[in-house]
Amino acid sequence: MAISTSSAYHSDALLSELAERARELRLDSLEMIHRRGAGHPGGSLSAAEIMAALFFHKLNIDAARPDWPERDRFILSKGHASAILYAALSRRGFFPREDLPHWGEVECHLQGHPDRLKTPGVDMTSGLLGHGIAIGVGLALAARMQELSYRTYVLLGDGECQGGIVWEGAMAAAKFRVSNLTAILDYNDVQLDGAVHDIMPLEPLIDKWRAFNWAVLEINGHNLRQVLEALDTASEIHGRPTIIVAHTTKGKGVSFMEDRSYWHGVAPNDAQFDQATAELGRCS
Amino acid sequence: MGAIAIREGYGRALAEYGQVNPNIVVLDADTSSSTLSSFFATRFPERFFNIGIAEPCMVDVAVGLALGGKVPFVNAFAAILALRAMEQIRTCVCYARTNVKLAASYAGLSDFKDGPTHHAITDIALMRALPEMTVIVPADAAEAARWVPIVAEYDGPVYLRLSRGSALPAGNESLPLEIGRGLTLREGRDVTIVATGTMVGRSLLAADELAKAGIAARILEIHTIKPLDSELICRAAAETGALVAAEEHSIIGGLGGAVAEALAAGYPAVLERVGIADCFARTGPDPESLMDAFGLAVSDIVAAAQRAIARKPRVR
Repeated sequence: MAISTSSAYHSDALLSELAERARELRLDSLEMIHRRGAGHPGGSLSAAEIMAALFFHKLNIDAARPDWPERDRFILSKGHASAILYAALSRRGFFPREDLPHWGEVECHLQGHPDRLKTPGVDMTSGLLGHGIAIGVGLALAARMQELSYRTYVLLGDGECQGGIVWEGAMAAAKFRVSNLTAILDYNDVQLDGAVHDIMPLEPLIDKWRAFNWAVLEINGHNLRQVLEALDTASEIHGRPTIIVAHTTKGKGVSFMEDRSYWHGVAPNDAQFDQATAELGRCS
Repeated sequence: MGAIAIREGYGRALAEYGQVNPNIVVLDADTSSSTLSSFFATRFPERFFNIGIAEPCMVDVAVGLALGGKVPFVNAFAAILALRAMEQIRTCVCYARTNVKLAASYAGLSDFKDGPTHHAITDIALMRALPEMTVIVPADAAEAARWVPIVAEYDGPVYLRLSRGSALPAGNESLPLEIGRGLTLREGRDVTIVATGTMVGRSLLAADELAKAGIAARILEIHTIKPLDSELICRAAAETGALVAAEEHSIIGGLGGAVAEALAAGYPAVLERVGIADCFARTGPDPESLMDAFGLAVSDIVAAAQRAIARKPRVR
């Protein structure tokens, strides 16, 4: 069953605040990628509402205590979307926004892909795909053994679901019934070489996760009300892990990037950057 | 050999140490009755996780447990752990520097009956190339047991290489174990045999043979392949002028490779390597005869020592 997420209990004020956050995260990501001349715009833009909902509403984290043992954990399994994670962490106060333009410089803590030892707020190093679920299982087990109430969130890409380690982790999560683990799949259906459904089809994907004994919620990943309600619902599901399959658009918000595999890992030039930011509405 | 198996020394010690340290958690990949992590599993079932035949997943789950403050001991056959889970070990254990302990059982040729698919003869080379990794090879069951608390209390990734079977005793019970500090098991001035793991006991027998021919061989046990005790090795090179490295591993990249690097950088000297000669071994009837058949016999160590001595530069 796809669990219904129809009750409207989040205020319009919260939704519009988070929509603005998502817009800021998109602009930050593009600015960082443009300035550096490297990075992954498509998968950063597709995750903006999910990241806004997590980092500005759902996650129980404290920038003053990045190592707080009871904080919620977040693993960016699709580590190539590092730009939007760095944007979110800096806007949440984990490190100064002045660091962002130095991304990729040898002396800067911001690595190409997230590094837990260098960047405050990064709970786990990632980049090579597939590790998030299995590592999340370990974190969820540790929380349970220590009777800590934190949750572990894993943001998964669709392309990485082509690799076996994701499903090994999925089996382990179900075996150990880690209901304190929530995965969110940024299902934009585009990967480096083309459409996911052409390169190596994942469908029927909902059925796959269900067959692996996960609770599955299916939403529009750009609809903030649905994102928030799915995150809340996942916290209420007991006895098994939950995955939120969020249908998204790669490059969302920038017309010429949307649904184009070209923009998986290419930085916009000056003219493209100007057009992109104009479309998103330049802001402070 | 009456001695207990190295895996049993480890397995019993892990279960004992589990009583002392409640943060220890243990994972296995459907091999607990072989690796003997089963002793821990029986005693502390709530701290034992069987992940099934999925070593990469097991390492990642251990990484998560370490991030959550636990001290995970990951148990598997060395060949599968070091090869199939290599990317997890490189990225999520070493690069992310998570406090994961990799207990690699059935190392070398010790899984004699299962054949070359199950032999681990390249794992030292792979593991010691990884930044942040510590590589430890106990010489016998008693030593394996002594390493358990030391490895657990060290903060960082460790690869603990264990044999399925027993080994000739290293006789090092009275010497203190410390990561990165080699042991001088026997003094001698004619040649130095640098040995690790199951080859330590064999090297002591080789020294006895050499003594009959009037050759005094120094025996160094290098239990920590990384960080290597280069100082001890270079001092032996200076004092004996010729060395043999002996290991149950390929001659490429293991102890012999590490010793060659240390000598090249610190004190160039004659070195002969005793190991598996860059080939796959075969299935055998028992570990001892299989080791003998693939260049690891006591007589191979003796011959290597004699070659090394013959190659010493003549004093003018």
